[in-house]
Amino acid sequence: MRRVNRDQLTALAVLAPSLVLLAIFVYGFIARTAYTSLTDWGRDPSQALAANPVIRYIGFANYKDLFTGFLDARFRQDLVSALFFTVFFLAGCLLIGLLLALMLDRNPRGEGFFRTVFLFPMSLSFIVTGTIWAWMLQPSGGVNRLSPLVGLPAGQFEWLTSRTSIWQFDWNRLPLVTALVVAAVLVWVAVTAYREGARTRGHVAVACAALLALWALTGGVTVKLLPYPEPHGFNLAFVGIILAAVWQMAGYTMALYLAGLRGIPEELREAARVDGASERQVYTRVIFPLLAPITLSAMIILGHISLKIFDLVFAMAGPDNTQTDVPALLMYITAFRGNQFAKGAAIGVVLLVMVAAVIVPYLASTFRREART
Amino acid sequence: MKKSVLKHAALMTAILVAGSSALAQGKKVEFFSWWSGDEGVAANALFKLFEQKYPGVKVVNSAVAGAAGTNAKAVLKTRMLGGDPPDAFQVHAGQELIGTWVVSNRMEDLTPLFKSEGWLTKFPKDLIPLLSSKGGIWSVPVNVHRSNVMWFVPANLKKYGVTAPKTWDEFLTTCQTLKGKGLQTPLSVAGGFAEQHLWESVALGTLGTQGWNDLFSGKLKFTDPRAVKVWDTYGKVLDCANKDMASLTWQQATDRVVKGQAAFNVMGDWAAGYMSSTLKLKPNVGFGWAPSPGTAGTFMFLSDSFGLPKGAKDRTEALNFLKVLGSKQGQDVFNPLKGSIAARLDSDLSKYNVYSQSAAKDWKSNKIVGSLTHGVVAPESFMNDFGTVIDTFVNGRNAQAAAAQTQALADQAGIGK
Repeated sequence: MRRVNRDQLTALAVLAPSLVLLAIFVYGFIARTAYTSLTDWGRDPSQALAANPVIRYIGFANYKDLFTGFLDARFRQDLVSALFFTVFFLAGCLLIGLLLALMLDRNPRGEGFFRTVFLFPMSLSFIVTGTIWAWMLQPSGGVNRLSPLVGLPAGQFEWLTSRTSIWQFDWNRLPLVTALVVAAVLVWVAVTAYREGARTRGHVAVACAALLALWALTGGVTVKLLPYPEPHGFNLAFVGIILAAVWQMAGYTMALYLAGLRGIPEELREAARVDGASERQVYTRVIFPLLAPITLSAMIILGHISLKIFDLVFAMAGPDNTQTDVPALLMYITAFRGNQFAKGAAIGVVLLVMVAAVIVPYLASTFRREART
Repeated sequence: MKKSVLKHAALMTAILVAGSSALAQGKKVEFFSWWSGDEGVAANALFKLFEQKYPGVKVVNSAVAGAAGTNAKAVLKTRMLGGDPPDAFQVHAGQELIGTWVVSNRMEDLTPLFKSEGWLTKFPKDLIPLLSSKGGIWSVPVNVHRSNVMWFVPANLKKYGVTAPKTWDEFLTTCQTLKGKGLQTPLSVAGGFAEQHLWESVALGTLGTQGWNDLFSGKLKFTDPRAVKVWDTYGKVLDCANKDMASLTWQQATDRVVKGQAAFNVMGDWAAGYMSSTLKLKPNVGFGWAPSPGTAGTFMFLSDSFGLPKGAKDRTEALNFLKVLGSKQGQDVFNPLKGSIAARLDSDLSKYNVYSQSAAKDWKSNKIVGSLTHGVVAPESFMNDFGTVIDTFVNGRNAQAAAAQTQALADQAGIGK
């Protein structure tokens, strides 16, 4: 039997309080929420807020409602919106952040000043940002009034009020689209595996991809989630919200990139130049590859912010605007305004799964790397 | 060292216990609302009156401001579920209270209070049934607002040569006339609750008083052709309105009428308070009003009311507080400041402004129906999702789908059961 030494005991004693607190207040509550999402709490109004409510276990009925129910089209649109929002928010932040970082990396005069200026929006709360941008994006004021200053006609763009939706697809196509996307990812995995010489991994990935594609083309085409077509797409009203969110978080991405750039030793650039690389090639061949880990970290951090976003949308568009709704907001009003606690919990669990899908692989790879070193 | 820590802890506990028992000696009543700003001033006047009448009892004001009560309601639910109910809390009279708190057996029946104070005859006879269910009366209404009012500027209407329309069909004709004269958006509508607010006026005007009541007693299905027609009309009315609804607050929508960018606006009569107090306009000169089309003779009301939760810590004081809320003096102190009218029929009209006097006259003589948007006729679970139905309709304009969704909601919320 292995003896536990004094050191380990002390370590355990010191860690125990936070472990217990975490177990109860994070994982315990997650478990509780997951359980609640499998019950009918809130379906019967007389039980929703009763002192000793009768709560029955009903399995996955809430999830079934959310994904295929007649009344929950809003949730499905919210999922689609959250995905589009995440993609554009990430792209905007990374692009602008990188651009700003590259400019500041050339050591312009007043670099410290500009760094502060670009970083400053991050110190505001999303509520403040949202309120200010909602004013600026008024259809008949703010940003739309800028163009007359230079002699152009006033802008007509409906930043937050547009009711146009583009890139629509039928919700019934979801299983098909998901299968094809996963298959594509698997093919990519296979290609990298072959390139690294891991033949077994490659074979397995190719087989899985083929299986999925086969199912998608035979079974997937006929799967019907709903008895009628239900189009969902990218609501243009989100453009205003994405603008505000990028404004707030681009500076933060810039700081991350700037740290990364400063971490690249000058010798590497010099060496590349000596080897005859043009200034462009120094960036594309040396600097950008070295920034890849930074990009990944930024994507993880921004990605989970954007999936969970609530306050910015609440401040900019309010709770009853289905055009600019996100799952977190819907969760709040479903549970605490509509008294549908179980359904709210189910939305919460879906959100948790989505965020976990972003974060867990990242954490796993970090741990593996740490274990290796 | 350990001992001294224990000693300290004991001392702290002793101080805390002593402190809380000292607090308990002074009597208090906790009042939970979402009133702030101008409405907070009115509430303070009420507190002052209460403290005069019951010296030695302190009113603890726990207001949670913002988002038209959404935040306050979320806090209230947390407190009630946690077994810490406030002594009296603000809630829209009717199903918003009944569908959430009465069905879950959290409220005390106030019938004895209504009887002992003689209130059964002091309020309009149409009102009491709307506050009641399961044989009990559940809250004391402190104020009354009217939902079905159409606002305009008399001089502007004269300029265009039109009058306030009497029916929704007439409204659509007037709308075309105004569009022909170059007014692009004859109607101004704000976003969020204002879209639902307009819907209830259209529905009442299209279905009539009886039809409206049947809708929420389950006698008339939402999928009935008459009810589907409401959505058709609503769509046509929206064609007369501004497209940027979602970005406007109701005040900004009112501003458009005042500035002449729109001719009409349908909003509750808190708009009168906004135009007379904030914009300094004269009633009947700077702004005019009429019942929204097709609803003359009907008063669609909403009311802030207060109930007594079971397990209130200061029950006696809370009951005394309710007595003040329902008294003639209490209502006449509160309402002129809030810009609403008294729910009682015997209030002293000389204390009220021109608009409120006219509303009070209608309150006494009109048929009274409850508002949907403001919680009288449907429970929260219905209202929460109805906002989504309206917004979906505004996007897609599919009347049949909207009607089917509304009926599904009504079934889910147990309307008509």
